[in-house]
Amino acid sequence: MDSSKKQLRIATRNCGFIDPENIEDYLGVRGYEALANAITASTPAAVIDEVKKSGIRGRGGGGFPTGTKWSFAAANQADQKYVVCNADEGDPGAFMDRAVLEGDPHSVVEAMALCGYAIGASIGVVYIRAEYPLAIKRLKKAIDDAREYGVLGQNILGSGFSFDIELKYGAGAFVCGEETALIRSMEGSRGEPYTKPPFPANAGYWQKPTIVNNVETFANIPAILVKGADWFSSIGTEKSKGTKVFALAGKITNVGLIEVPMGITLKEVIFEIGGGCPDGKQFKAVQTGGPSGGALTYKDADVPIDYDNLLAKNSMMGSGGMIVMDEDTCMVDIAKFFLDFTMDETCGKCTPCRIGSKRLWETLDKICLGQGSEADFEKLKSLAVNIKDTALCGLGQTMPNPVLSTMNTFADEYIAHVRDKKCPAGVCSNLLEIVIIPEKCVGCTLCARVCPVNCISGKVKEVHTIDQAVCIKCGACIDKCKFGAIVKQ
Amino acid sequence: MAKIQSIADLRKFQEDYKAKQAAKKDKILVNVSLATCSIASGGKVILEAMKEESAKQGIGNVEFMQSGCMTYCHSEPTVVVTLPGKDPVCFGKLDETGARELVQKYLKSGEVCGTVIPVNYIRVEL
Ligand SMILES: Cc1cc2nc3c(=O)[nH]c(=O)nc-3n(C[C@H](O)[C@H](O)[C@H](O)COP(=O)(O)O)c2cc1C
Repeated sequence: MDSSKKQLRIATRNCGFIDPENIEDYLGVRGYEALANAITASTPAAVIDEVKKSGIRGRGGGGFPTGTKWSFAAANQADQKYVVCNADEGDPGAFMDRAVLEGDPHSVVEAMALCGYAIGASIGVVYIRAEYPLAIKRLKKAIDDAREYGVLGQNILGSGFSFDIELKYGAGAFVCGEETALIRSMEGSRGEPYTKPPFPANAGYWQKPTIVNNVETFANIPAILVKGADWFSSIGTEKSKGTKVFALAGKITNVGLIEVPMGITLKEVIFEIGGGCPDGKQFKAVQTGGPSGGALTYKDADVPIDYDNLLAKNSMMGSGGMIVMDEDTCMVDIAKFFLDFTMDETCGKCTPCRIGSKRLWETLDKICLGQGSEADFEKLKSLAVNIKDTALCGLGQTMPNPVLSTMNTFADEYIAHVRDKKCPAGVCSNLLEIVIIPEKCVGCTLCARVCPVNCISGKVKEVHTIDQAVCIKCGACIDKCKFGAIVKQ
Repeated sequence: MAKIQSIADLRKFQEDYKAKQAAKKDKILVNVSLATCSIASGGKVILEAMKEESAKQGIGNVEFMQSGCMTYCHSEPTVVVTLPGKDPVCFGKLDETGARELVQKYLKSGEVCGTVIPVNYIRVEL
């Protein structure tokens, strides 16, 4: 196999190749063919069957089998059903949905219509964050053009099937990506989740059967129907079919979007496609699943990436963000960073999530400040497990994951923070000392002159020393020293 | 009346598109990535610069198009140039000067310059 071509582009097949604002470009690459074939020559049941057979699972985080979900909504009798595209994309570091909407909006429009046909819905709604103005503009144009060309709207191709799409804008709250909160927000209420059941496929938007699917999930559908379920299911692993788009971010050389077959190893993604960490730094960990996921390390380098293997490794697929960390990253600090995000984004409806996130964050902060004890580990763990068990929605249920995962994988780093009061990665400033290496110091006095608290002493041309009791660890001396004689440790 | 009323109409669009692509085979094709991020990193500036420089250099048989994300965040802004009879080549990390140089060298005489991004994927075509 050509090792330079590890990527396979299905969901992003047209991104960067066609003009997203020209429907004729999309039609030229067999766009709307799957829809036309379905509504004129097939049946809803056959469409659902094909999607089921393909084995595709939701790309928005949960990984629920798409065909099965569609069959639930299809089985429900109702005067109105809805197809909702989840384009909220609130996961920090993830931007694959924006890429698809900006690069190939028609594939999503076509797939929503196909879903509508399959479940018996005539209305589609895209819930998209208002921070994506270009994606909104291109999507709107795609919908208008599709109407004008007759592949959307009343009685499409004379088949008797009608389907139209409208847009609803989100204000950029992470929790509004959760499907029940999203539905509330679409209805004009506060974007707060509610307990399932009822599942949206039974009673969702305005209490009607509703399918909520992610942008990337939809983008795969026309390809599945044109090339066939057997083709799609031949790609990937036993239980995870097809490809996944990942956003490689953080300390990685080739920052960017990649689309790879399920089952590719972490090693291939990070080192062969991603090019490893820049500046010759050592790879330390990669966070998958964003703030709801966990960290994988070099030990997991040969694990084939799919839904189930990531779960088994205490992480998750999530929407496909991959945040790479190098040796200079403190894992306690990283856990605190993700908690900071979820603490901000919790909607506050349920206590475990609202208060629990704050208590977790405070405990992590205490450890980073060097005020933690080993008793805090037990507290963290039991609180984390309790939050997972009792929170109302996926946000709270997954929010402790970064804490549990880093405590599990980097236990010695936590211990170093509380027992030795050291931060091995050199990040937590309270636990660091800035010291002068005597062999390297030439006594130029520059450091003493820039020190804002005058804690560096020494005569000209003699080795200088830092008074640790006074030092505020600002690092100004490190930046100024021309001899590399001052280090954090 | 709607432009597409039947599968036959749809096929016609597919044929037309193929014919249009075939007609472009003697042209230089310049595809500029213009997603939000590509625009933010200067995509529109290099598009304009390349248009202007092509006119200045008297290169007439060139066609410009916009597309979405080319996935290479590490090397934005990016452009794919297809010379007649050649495979498409993706150039990255362009700025206005680099874009003009690309026209003067690669578009004009096929001389490769700047940052070339190797193709690292297989695209599924329907
Ligand atoms: C806190 C939270 C945020 C979520 N954000 C998103 C999101 O931005 N986009 C998305 O498609 N799904 C998101 N989901 C998952 C949705 O609830 C839902 O499972 C998904 O949209 C279903 O589509 P799929 O089956 O195609 O993946 C989120 C879930 C949770 C718990």
